[in-house]
Amino acid sequence: MMGEILVLAEQRGGELRDITFEMLTLANGLGKEHGLTVTALFLGHGASDLAHKLTRACDTVLVMDNPELANYDADHYLIAMDEVIKDRMPFLTMVGNTAMGMDIVPALAARLSLPLVTDCVEVSIAEGRLEILRQIYGGKINAKLTMKPSDRYLISLRTGSFDAEAEQAKSGSLENVPAPSWTKLRGRKFLTYLEAELEDVDIGSADILVSIGRGIGKPENIPLAQEFADSIGATLSCSRPVADEQWLPKSRQVGTSGKTVRPRLYIALGISGAYQHQAGMKNSDTIIAVNTDPKAPIFNIAHYGMVADMFEVMPKLTEKFAEK
Amino acid sequence: MDIVVCVKQVPEVTDAELEVAKDGTQIITEDLEFDINEWDNYAVEEAVRIKEAFGGKVTVITVGNEDSEDVLRQALAMGANEAIRVDEEGFDLSDARGIARGIFQGVRDMSFDLLFTGAQSSDYGWGQVGLILAELLDLPYASLVVGIEIADTKLVALRELESNTQEKVELPLPAVLTIQTGLNSPRYVSIMGIQKARKIGIKETGFDGLGLSEEEIGPKGSSVDSQLLSIPPAGEGAEILTGTIEEISEKAAQIIRDKGGAL
Repeated sequence: MMGEILVLAEQRGGELRDITFEMLTLANGLGKEHGLTVTALFLGHGASDLAHKLTRACDTVLVMDNPELANYDADHYLIAMDEVIKDRMPFLTMVGNTAMGMDIVPALAARLSLPLVTDCVEVSIAEGRLEILRQIYGGKINAKLTMKPSDRYLISLRTGSFDAEAEQAKSGSLENVPAPSWTKLRGRKFLTYLEAELEDVDIGSADILVSIGRGIGKPENIPLAQEFADSIGATLSCSRPVADEQWLPKSRQVGTSGKTVRPRLYIALGISGAYQHQAGMKNSDTIIAVNTDPKAPIFNIAHYGMVADMFEVMPKLTEKFAEK
Repeated sequence: MDIVVCVKQVPEVTDAELEVAKDGTQIITEDLEFDINEWDNYAVEEAVRIKEAFGGKVTVITVGNEDSEDVLRQALAMGANEAIRVDEEGFDLSDARGIARGIFQGVRDMSFDLLFTGAQSSDYGWGQVGLILAELLDLPYASLVVGIEIADTKLVALRELESNTQEKVELPLPAVLTIQTGLNSPRYVSIMGIQKARKIGIKETGFDGLGLSEEEIGPKGSSVDSQLLSIPPAGEGAEILTGTIEEISEKAAQIIRDKGGAL
C-alpha cells in the first residue's frame, strides 16, 4: 500500500479546466492498478459547485476555501500546497503543465525537496518508482525516464495526454481543510485577467484555414501565402513563431495560447507541429501538411502529407485555382 | 536597474533530422548548429531594453562548455555588460535543479533588481530553472511573462495563459521573471558586433569555486535515475502524397476541391 495520489484541480473564471479531469483519468488508472487512493485538491473561494463536480472522478475532494484563493496566486498556492503535502504525504502529487502549473511546480519541488519531472506525457509505476515518457527537442525525440527511488513524487502532466471525458464511476466525499496562516508571502499580487480583443478576422469560424509556420522564413513571403489562401477561399492563420515575430497578428495564432480551431480543411505550411500547435488544430476534419522534414511531428496528425518545399507547392496550387 | 539573465546554448533542431547516440543517453550533435535558446534571446533583449531605459547593467550567465561562450558573446553584442560562464564539468547529467543550483551559487552574492530566464529551453524543456532559482533566492517571481512595466520599486508583469488570455500580476523588486517568446523583437547582431564583444572578458567559474557538493548536481542531484532517448515511432500518420511536385500539387488540389475549397 503506497497511499495517495493528490491532484491539484485547476479552475479559472468559474470553470474547472479540462486538465483537471485529464489528470484524474491518469490518477484513477494508476490508483486502480497499484492500490492508491485519489484525492483532488480544490483551492478556491465560494465555489462549492466546482468542488462538487470533482466528486465524480476521485475518492476525496479536499476543499480549502479562503478569500486569498479566489484567483490563482503563486504565493498563496505554494503555501497551501506545502501545508497539504506535509500533512498528507501523498506518494504522488500531480499538477497540470499549464500556465498555472508551470508557475508552481518547480518552486514547490525546491521548497519541499520533492523529486520533480515536468511535462509528462505518460506515467507508470514500476517497483514503487515512477517511469515517465516525455517528448523533447520539439517532439522529435522521446525520452523514457525512471525517477530516483522516493516515497514522494511531484510531476506535471502535459495537457491533452489523457481523456478528460472518461467515466470514472466514483463518488468521492468532500472534506474541508483549513487555510494555513499566510506567512512567508513574497508580495506577488494578482491584479486582473485580460482577454484578447477580437480583431478583424475570427479564424475560429473559418471553414478553411491556410496556416503558416516558421517555414515562411520572412515577412516578405506572407503575401504568397495570402494569395494562395485567397485562391481557395481560405482564411490565413499561423503558428506561434509567426505571431512572435509579429508577421501576423496574435489573433491569427492557432494553438494552446492562441485559438483552438476545427475547420473543414486545415492546410499547414512549414509548420513542424509542436504539441501546443497540434492541440489547437488536431480536430480539424481534414489536415494537409507541407513540410520539408519528413520527420516533422505535424505528419503524425495530418491526413495528407507533402514532403516538399512550401514555396514550390504554394505557387503551383495558387495557379491551379486562380486560373478557374 | 541591474539585471541578471540566464542563457543556454542549444542545438538548432527545427530543420534537422535527429539521431540518437548508440547508448541512448543523448542525441548526436556533431552536424548540428548551436544557437542561443530562443526564449533566452527574448530575455536578453528585454533586459537590454530595460537597461537602456533606466540605466544599470546587464549580466549574462550560463552553465556550459567553452563553446557556449558564443551565446555569451552574442548577448554582450546585444548590449549586455558582463558575462559569467560556469564550467559544465560536474554538471553532466544534471537535471534542471542541478543547473539552477550552479547558477544560484554564481549569482547569490550579486546585487540585482531583476533576474530573467527563458520560460523553457528548446532541448529538454524542463521549464524549471527560473522558479527553482526564485525559491533558492527567496524572491517573488512570475513565469511565462509577455509584458513588463516597471514603476519604482515594483513591476507589473503580464503572464501568458491559455486561449488568448493574460494575467496581470504585481511584484515587488527584486524579482525573478521567466520570459515567454514574443514579448519583444530581439535585435539582430552582426558578426562584427560579436567580434567587438570579444574585448569584454568572460568571468569563469566552476565546480570548485562554487562551493557545491557532488550530491547537489550531476546525476546525484537529479530527480532522474536513467533516461533513454529514442526517435518517436511514426504514428498512423499522414498519407504521404508521392510523385513530382506537379503530381503531388495536383493531388493536393483535388483534395482541396473535394473539401470545398475555391467554391
